[in-house]
Amino acid sequence: MFMKTVLRTTSAIALCASATAAFADGHSPTITIATVNNGDMIRMQGYTDQFTEETGIAVEWVTLEENVLRQRVTTDITTEGGQFDIMTIGMYEAPIWGSNGWLVPLDNLSAEYNVDDILPAMRGGLSHDGTLYAAPFYGESSMVMYRTDLMEAAGLEMPAAPTWEFIREAAAAMTDRDNDINGICLRGKPGWGEGGAFINAMANSFGARVVDEEWNAQLDSEAWATTINFFNDMMQESGPAGFATNGFNENLSLFNQGLCGMWIDATVAASFVTNPDDSEVADSVGFALAPDNGLGPRSNWLWAWALAVPAGTQQQDEAMQFIEWATGTAYIEMVAENEGWANVPPGARQSLYDNPNYADVPFAQMTLDSILSANPNEPTVDPVPYTGVQFMAIPEFAGFWTEVSQEFSNAYAGQQSVEDALANAQNIVNEALSAAGYQ
Amino acid sequence: MARAVTTPRKALNTAIAWTIGLLIFFPILWTVLTSFKTEAEAIANPPVFLFFDWTLENYGVVQERSNYMRFLWNSVIIAGGSTILGIIIAVPAAWSMAFVPSRRTKDILLWMLSTKMLPAVGVLYPIYLLCIELGVLDNRYALVVILMLINLPIIVWMLYTYFREIPGEILEAARMDGASLKDELLYVLTPMAVPGIASTLLLNFILAWNEAFWTLNLTSVDAAPLTAFIASYSSPEGLFFAKLSAASTMAIAPILILGWFSQKQLVRGLTFGAVK
Amino acid sequence: MATQSSRSAARIMMAPAVFLLLVWMLVPLSLTLILSFKRFLPLRGDRIGERGDGFGDFLLDYITGFPTLDWVGFQNFSAFASSGAFTDAVITTLVIVGGVLAVSVIFGILLAMLLDQPMWGQGVVRILVIAPFFVMPTVSALVWKNMFMDPTNGLFAHLWRAFGADPVVWLSDVPMFSLILIISWQWLPFATLILLTAFQSLDSEQLEAAEMDGAGPLARFFFIALPHLSRAITIVILIQTIFLLAVFAEIFVTTGGAFGTRTLTYLIYQRVLESQNIGLGSAGGVYAIILANIVAIFLMRIVGKNLDR
Repeated sequence: MFMKTVLRTTSAIALCASATAAFADGHSPTITIATVNNGDMIRMQGYTDQFTEETGIAVEWVTLEENVLRQRVTTDITTEGGQFDIMTIGMYEAPIWGSNGWLVPLDNLSAEYNVDDILPAMRGGLSHDGTLYAAPFYGESSMVMYRTDLMEAAGLEMPAAPTWEFIREAAAAMTDRDNDINGICLRGKPGWGEGGAFINAMANSFGARVVDEEWNAQLDSEAWATTINFFNDMMQESGPAGFATNGFNENLSLFNQGLCGMWIDATVAASFVTNPDDSEVADSVGFALAPDNGLGPRSNWLWAWALAVPAGTQQQDEAMQFIEWATGTAYIEMVAENEGWANVPPGARQSLYDNPNYADVPFAQMTLDSILSANPNEPTVDPVPYTGVQFMAIPEFAGFWTEVSQEFSNAYAGQQSVEDALANAQNIVNEALSAAGYQ
Repeated sequence: MARAVTTPRKALNTAIAWTIGLLIFFPILWTVLTSFKTEAEAIANPPVFLFFDWTLENYGVVQERSNYMRFLWNSVIIAGGSTILGIIIAVPAAWSMAFVPSRRTKDILLWMLSTKMLPAVGVLYPIYLLCIELGVLDNRYALVVILMLINLPIIVWMLYTYFREIPGEILEAARMDGASLKDELLYVLTPMAVPGIASTLLLNFILAWNEAFWTLNLTSVDAAPLTAFIASYSSPEGLFFAKLSAASTMAIAPILILGWFSQKQLVRGLTFGAVK
Repeated sequence: MATQSSRSAARIMMAPAVFLLLVWMLVPLSLTLILSFKRFLPLRGDRIGERGDGFGDFLLDYITGFPTLDWVGFQNFSAFASSGAFTDAVITTLVIVGGVLAVSVIFGILLAMLLDQPMWGQGVVRILVIAPFFVMPTVSALVWKNMFMDPTNGLFAHLWRAFGADPVVWLSDVPMFSLILIISWQWLPFATLILLTAFQSLDSEQLEAAEMDGAGPLARFFFIALPHLSRAITIVILIQTIFLLAVFAEIFVTTGGAFGTRTLTYLIYQRVLESQNIGLGSAGGVYAIILANIVAIFLMRIVGKNLDR
């Protein structure tokens, strides 16, 4: 009798299971992913078929330019629109959204995924109160990329950890206006994630801070004036024409065409500038830590593009499966096998940097060192009430810092003086923070 | 006002007009040409004009990354649907304004136009919420309705000005002959109004096709039209002029070709009553 | 002439369009008005009702004035207007609208006059001239920004270098000029077409008579052609103004509102989507409506006269 029951139950379960499988075949679940149109994400899109083959889960991509993406996902998450099962977000959004309960905590990841392998800096930046809310697809800091041949021709040698003074001298020495060689290319483009991010990280190394501990704007300080003047003067001397409109992409294109002596930007760019298919200067690129002024903080930032699951999605399990697939070690190995180690998504996992194959990649160690030298908890010389290196992890930051960076860019373009730009910036920050009730 | 002119004068006119025409058209031509270049040739200095290795590579890359046909189909449905729906609603309104005008006709017309002046971005949030509650986010039919409403004032106005040029005496005569309202609409008015309706249809199809705020913000996958398609090709990493050109060409080609083939109809009715 | 029955029939025929537009005007307008007196910061957790509670509850929230959000009086209005960006944005808006109107009307008239002349291949030229009107604003902004105005790889930069000049950095050195150029390129064809049809209806006998009387080409243009065109010109101005007040994609793609190109629409976008302050943005929306109406009243006085004929 007992046996009979067991048999019956088993067969019933088997029947159910096969029925479910058949059902799944007929209507394979589909997840919708919003992502940014960066090279690594587009590559990931190309490998989606592998994922669908392995799991039977179909994937729809919504690939958007960075600004449009931010606007779309922010609207959708705050209204709980439920348009996406996975959103690509950054270190800025993850803790804010996580603390509001808008993201599914990533605390049920499989043992195989080995969440402890994620670099502590990345994990910390994507967590709130110790809970991880987004899995890093790749992580980055910023560093100096420079032309070894031009540096040699200028009779200089790049130290492993240069100062701003050295960078400025080297930039002037490498500049060759007759041949369109600019000593240095930096971001001047408005936008909190473009020039705004760069100048904020740079200001940290000059001893400046956006606000004091009481959230009063500090843009009228001496340190900020020094930062902006130093940046602007150096770029006028040795930078490309129109640097006020150059962001990451514009500078990447300039550097790859051999028109920049130095470029201080995201560490992920290293794989692009050393790729002979894209870069005319691939074989003569050196790397160094982002410059400092001997005050403690360097001028490098910390960022990650990460995948998060909005709370309330109907496809939570499938979304989790995708996240484990895309940000796990197996994906890195698959890309390495097909495209070479230099092209894997960097900066997210310790095991990548322990891998002897990856150690041969010229920029691997410098990337790791840069990431490790950024400290989002104490980003500045003087204490600040916020976390984040090139951003403040508060909801209002993106809005007011975009406007501040527009003031700076106007000054770079010569439409207003640096003093006016800083005075306007001071007002913008104070207005925004007092309206939000900080002051 | 075609008057007899000397051949040299005509040659001069031709030369100037062609130069200006080509100049205005050049950005489009350049985009199409660039879409057939490699990325390196796309930024070459001096620029290469025609003599390069023509390649379809960029179109391949774009097609591999996004399902162009789905975006295209959504654009067709949204632009076409909203235009047709708009015409259906606007024809009776424009007819009554043109043939049974009252003191308030002009005010109503101007009021309709003024509804277009509300900045859309200010109401994105509430409209987004409304769409969630109605369950019509990423829904083509919702966009059909929204774009219809956006373009309705222009449609009414165009039809109104066109209908007004139809002489009222003809209608009087038809009525004298005992034609009913239905007959009047069907047999007298419609044939005379077809060119005007055709041109209204075309203009609004173009406007709806190119609308890039609501179509981008209220869609994700199922209803995403070509305006969303192009948003994934602006400023990616690395060199992208050739790929951007290919994507741009794919986004504008259907409407450009349609516009060219039907430009006679478009032009004929595109007067907004300016000609009297 | 019109009978009572045809009047009521007319009213019924007009009803759907009027009703739909009334709803389409009142819903957004009332939402903007309500929210402009509210504190609504979605990123700080402010919410309108519960998600998924259905349309009925949303309607109830709406009618009761969104009770989950705090009323803040005129705070949003004063904050929006007192920020230094406001007056600049209004001026920028008017300059862009005025600039594009001036370019498209003046060059539209010249182009229409040219196209009205006898020539070979008139149809093809007309096709070439009309083409930019079909191009999506996003695409046209992307193409101009990258392929023409890029200071390193753009075609203009190549051209300038070929003549030994330093390339102009269009979007930061002459941002307003560049924007007006891009937007005018899109709207010039529209103006040209309307003006061309008007030219073609010009009575050539009248012109010839004037010529006989010894009127020079300039006099003929100003005293015969221009008055004839006045109606077409007002229509071009009216329609383009409606679209130009809402220009957004061109600015978003090219300058992102920097370098003094921030229009009122763009400022509202920054408040609503970048700063996620819906209340403040809605107050900006109310100001934009007021500005649009001032412009509209001004325009409609002119156009209204023409519509009376």
